[in-house]
Amino acid sequence: MSNSDMQTKTTAKPVKATDLHVGGPEDMLPGVPKRDPIVVATNITRTFGGLKAVDVESLQIPRNAITALIGPNGAGKTTLFNLLTGFDKPDTGDWALNGKSLKGVPAFKVARMGQVRTFQLTKALGMMTVMDNMLLGAQNQTGEGFFQAIIPSMWRKQEDDITERALDLLERFKLVKLKDDYAASLSGGQRKLLEMARALMCRPELVMLDEPMAGVNPALTQSLLSHIIDLKSEGMTVLFVEHDMQMVKHIADWVVVMAEGRVVAEGDPKTVMRNQAVIDAYLGSNHGKDLGTDTDTVNTMKELLDDQR
Amino acid sequence: MDWGSLFTNAAYEIISPTTAAYALAAMGLAVHFGYTGLLNFGQAGFMAVGAYGFAISTLTFGFPWWAALLTGIAASVVLALILGIPTLRLRADYLAIVTIAAAEIVRLLFTTNTFAAVTGSAAGLSGYKTSWQAMNPIPAGNYNIGPWVRDHNEVWLLIVAWGLVGLAALLIWLLMRSPWGRVIKGIREDEDAVRALGKNVYSYKMQSLVLGGAMGAFAGMVFVLPRSVQPGNFQPTLTFFIYAILLLGGAATIFGPIIGSMIFWTLLSIFSGFTARAVEIGWLPFMTSLQAGQVRFILVGIALMVIVIYRPQGIFGSKKELAFVKQ
Amino acid sequence: MAYHRRALRLRKNIFVALFGLIFAAFMLSSLAVAPAAHADEVGTDEYDYAISGFVKFQDEPLDGVLIKVEGNGYNAEVKTGADGKWKIGVPEAGTYTVTLVEDTLPEGVIVAEEGKDVAEVTFGQSKTKAMNFFLGQGERVTVSFFDQFLDRAFNGLSFGLLLALASIGLSLVFGTTGLVNFAHAEMLTFGAFMTFTFGPVLGFPIWLAIPIAVLLTGLFGFLNDYALWRPLRKRRVGIVQMMIVSIGLSITLRYLYQYIYGGQTEQLPGATGAEVITVGPISFTIVDVWSMSISIVLLFAVAFFLTRTRIGKATRAVSDNSALAAVSGINVERVTSIVWIISGLLAGTGGILWAYFRPGVNWDMGFQLLLLIFAAVILGGIGTAFGALVGSLIVGMFVELSTLWLPSDMKYVGALGILILVLLVRPQGILGRKERVG
Repeated sequence: MSNSDMQTKTTAKPVKATDLHVGGPEDMLPGVPKRDPIVVATNITRTFGGLKAVDVESLQIPRNAITALIGPNGAGKTTLFNLLTGFDKPDTGDWALNGKSLKGVPAFKVARMGQVRTFQLTKALGMMTVMDNMLLGAQNQTGEGFFQAIIPSMWRKQEDDITERALDLLERFKLVKLKDDYAASLSGGQRKLLEMARALMCRPELVMLDEPMAGVNPALTQSLLSHIIDLKSEGMTVLFVEHDMQMVKHIADWVVVMAEGRVVAEGDPKTVMRNQAVIDAYLGSNHGKDLGTDTDTVNTMKELLDDQR
Repeated sequence: MDWGSLFTNAAYEIISPTTAAYALAAMGLAVHFGYTGLLNFGQAGFMAVGAYGFAISTLTFGFPWWAALLTGIAASVVLALILGIPTLRLRADYLAIVTIAAAEIVRLLFTTNTFAAVTGSAAGLSGYKTSWQAMNPIPAGNYNIGPWVRDHNEVWLLIVAWGLVGLAALLIWLLMRSPWGRVIKGIREDEDAVRALGKNVYSYKMQSLVLGGAMGAFAGMVFVLPRSVQPGNFQPTLTFFIYAILLLGGAATIFGPIIGSMIFWTLLSIFSGFTARAVEIGWLPFMTSLQAGQVRFILVGIALMVIVIYRPQGIFGSKKELAFVKQ
Repeated sequence: MAYHRRALRLRKNIFVALFGLIFAAFMLSSLAVAPAAHADEVGTDEYDYAISGFVKFQDEPLDGVLIKVEGNGYNAEVKTGADGKWKIGVPEAGTYTVTLVEDTLPEGVIVAEEGKDVAEVTFGQSKTKAMNFFLGQGERVTVSFFDQFLDRAFNGLSFGLLLALASIGLSLVFGTTGLVNFAHAEMLTFGAFMTFTFGPVLGFPIWLAIPIAVLLTGLFGFLNDYALWRPLRKRRVGIVQMMIVSIGLSITLRYLYQYIYGGQTEQLPGATGAEVITVGPISFTIVDVWSMSISIVLLFAVAFFLTRTRIGKATRAVSDNSALAAVSGINVERVTSIVWIISGLLAGTGGILWAYFRPGVNWDMGFQLLLLIFAAVILGGIGTAFGALVGSLIVGMFVELSTLWLPSDMKYVGALGILILVLLVRPQGILGRKERVG
């Protein structure tokens, strides 16, 4: 998708959340405390075979805002996602959701506490129908207990309720016509939508989206973007990883930049994009490499340079 | 043996207690492998603890049949827990190797002379059927079932064995259309996705392992009721044959394991009857009657390969809901 | 949260303890009861074949002497009756090991010649076979624990080395193709049967029969890949499916062997009756010396191949990351073919050595070793050749040394138990990298 496409489509400016951090514009430094953080992480490190994949001294995610996590490939964004959601264990560090420590909490409990994620490579369950995918997202289902499952009358009512809620969401995400299709038959973009809708079935407080736009047909990006903005207006907090700078600029209230495992810059989108450390991070990580092979990073870099002019 | 009796014998395999036992064991595997994606290669071990649990508690501790039955099931639950704790977090191929190893440990413990007084070591156990036969409500005598004549004990066993198969099928059907089954099928496909939706994947896998293992234990008990308990019957090959049955019928189906078991045993019987007869009358001069017995197992192996390669969903499975997930 | 984790660990410990308790109760209950049924006949009703004997000393029958029979996957034991007679039914004609347990003889009576308390019995035409032991007066000098330890350790080393030959191939194949090959054991059997065919059957000298058999197994390995696995890889068949296909292949081959060679156990030339050499507490035969030398030479050859040759380095690269290797210009299919040939050569040699170690050649001899091969490979870290070597030596040693404490019919239990314990503590194996388990 080219940049000009993007700009022509994103005409309606979303309302940005401002004044998220403690202090003035000069305080927009890595690790700056937030006025109302939903996630507070300190000293998170994770090494793979002697290589520090993540080394984050301090990071706070502002509540009821859209935070973008950007950085070149291999910066440790997905690893950080995995660590925050309990899918991987850090070597050191502490982190908390709403003040409750998540250290050592298994992934499924993290999700139950209201912090739900999606994956970079979509994990729509292809051999199940779209509706079954949705219903799987609902929490506290009586029928998910072994003995209750045998007696349908114990869970029929609840099943009807969550089916109704699922239909509402599918309607919103324009998937309702496909509800009885196997998820495997959906297009890449539809699967991204499904995964997001399914995450909403959990009634999350914090939605973590790992590259929600990757591989999505341009026709669907607009609707995905507006869904993400809607999440904020419904009171949720969003943290997402993205490569597309235009999109980040367009919807993010706050941007966190990672490079080589560290947070190198934080701030509102405009400030961050002007930050020398950010430009260095993108250039530096590719120093000595063949730039042509990594189009994502090259595009990001070009966008950053365009912005500076 | 004449040709007619060959077919009546083969047709009896459709309803024989052994077919029911294999069907039950295959249904247990359907829960493990077909629905949950757990590659359990130790079903023979679950059958063994069920059979030995029943026989030992009867012979050594003098339990009545119902207590012996509960002991057999309890033993399989304990085995499932012991197995599940270290292995359910591992990759599929690791789980396969650990379960087959555990089943072999179980078999070797039942074979060793060290516990001969309890297990009967290699000779096995017999004489545990008294309490079971005493509660047979069917009056003594011979009965006609279609073209076959069977005594009251066999009829009683047939009723119980197929009753159990029916109950197991009903249970699986109820479970797999419930939200519980939805979680289980989700795990088969991508456990991380299910975990991210707040489900305790480990606990569900354990429940599945226990359920399928208990079905294996029932299968073990039904299997040894028409014969004696022999450790040699619970070799890894038993598990492999059950896989052949499961994949023949369809791994993620309710009736697949049952029909698979019927087809497997009927074909095996027809084939061995046919080759035995053919060798006898000199149609296969290059083959001895002993060799004729081997040919059918060679064919089982070939059939297993062919099914898995060309029709992995089995006879009854749907291609869209395949048990094999690309990993 | 710390509380939560402690609770989990506690729960695990409880399970482990529970298992131990059940196991202990099982052991105790079996000890409490008389150790063996006091009948002078066992298994004679079920089976057509039987071994019988008459234990007497100075023309007096001896009562309650324990006799054990083991072989062809069967074992049984019986005590002599008041008339000194015993009889054990066995399932098939073949070779059995008969042991007279000296401890059960009256005081002052021993088997006349040292080592003759164990005898091999092979069935000929008749369905019964007599086996009598010659007893004499005297006291048996028991071997010290340390001497026994050395002897078993030597045996364990010999076993571990041949196990390594069998394991490395499986591990290399897994590393390059991701296949857990259940039919690997059938390559071992193939090597042993080819030696039997070219040696005793066709009359080639054994020094010629063995290399022919090894080369043929290498070819067999290549054909396995060429005719079956490569087409399946092309079809993009998943690893679980491939694993089950390998089980089908294993069943097919095993019963094919039985079809061709029958169910009995055959011996390779020199496998039995070789002169026993004793060095200190360690006793061995010239066959053991050959076996260990061949293993060591081959293992060095594999090490040289993997670390010093171009194609060996390519093999390790493919093992490490086959996609990356393919991108960097390595012909992955060619490497895979070579790995299968090497796997066949090693497995064939391992199978022949196993036929000498057991001793005997029969249709499921390889399958008997399969789980120990898996244990060795996982113990060392699946996918690494060096790991397979280390794992094999540990498993070999463990199997043999465990007989110091465990009855010999339970020696595999320990090794398989270790496999499960290792997976509990360190799933990637001793030398494996953590990422492999992922």
